[in-house]
Amino acid sequence: MIEVTSAAIDAELLKRALCNAGAGGFCSFEGWVRNENDGRSVQRLEYEAYEPLVIAEGKKVLAEAQQRFPYLEARCVHRTGLLEIGDMAVWVGVASAHRDEAFKACRYIIDELKVRLPIWKKEHYVGGDSGWVNCERCAGHGQR
Amino acid sequence: MNQPVKTITVRYFAMFREHAGLGEETLSLDVATAKDVFEQTRLRHGSKEPNGHCKVAINDEMADWSSPVSDGDTVLLFPPVAGG
Repeated sequence: MIEVTSAAIDAELLKRALCNAGAGGFCSFEGWVRNENDGRSVQRLEYEAYEPLVIAEGKKVLAEAQQRFPYLEARCVHRTGLLEIGDMAVWVGVASAHRDEAFKACRYIIDELKVRLPIWKKEHYVGGDSGWVNCERCAGHGQR
Repeated sequence: MNQPVKTITVRYFAMFREHAGLGEETLSLDVATAKDVFEQTRLRHGSKEPNGHCKVAINDEMADWSSPVSDGDTVLLFPPVAGG
């Protein structure tokens, strides 16, 4: 299951939802907003997502992870809107019979999510300017 | 080869929306592929972005730049993604 939310992520609640009597291991990844990127002081982040395709592509990613590293339960939640330093931007959790599948599936899901799902991140810097992350690779001229 | 002009709705996201100054527009375009739509809207809005790291969807399905577009399609132009 994958979802997009503008509300704060409750990791404990999400973890409890993955309880499974057959699970011998659980692994999660939390992405947090940090105060620096590429040497610039970041004040806050702004996430934008195109939800219909985040859900559709996210389901494919979870299915691929299931195929490669059979797990029992998996869930992913991504924030949108303005986030402050320390806020959780993304949560991925996987429960499986053994730890190896949980670690590997969790890593696969977050890695694919970052490069495939239509989610964009704008950094707001200390000083007032802002820039879309990674856009310089496409634009050839930075927005920063 | 001449293509018939098609009515295409183009949706812009994130940086592309800011460059275009709007989120969506419906245009009459002489286009065959998603790449053609990208190039024509890029010229229209005076942007310089190559499509290299960008993605495209047609009618809410992820597509390739070589995917054909049809009259009435909605083409979604995605700048480089950065989730997580």
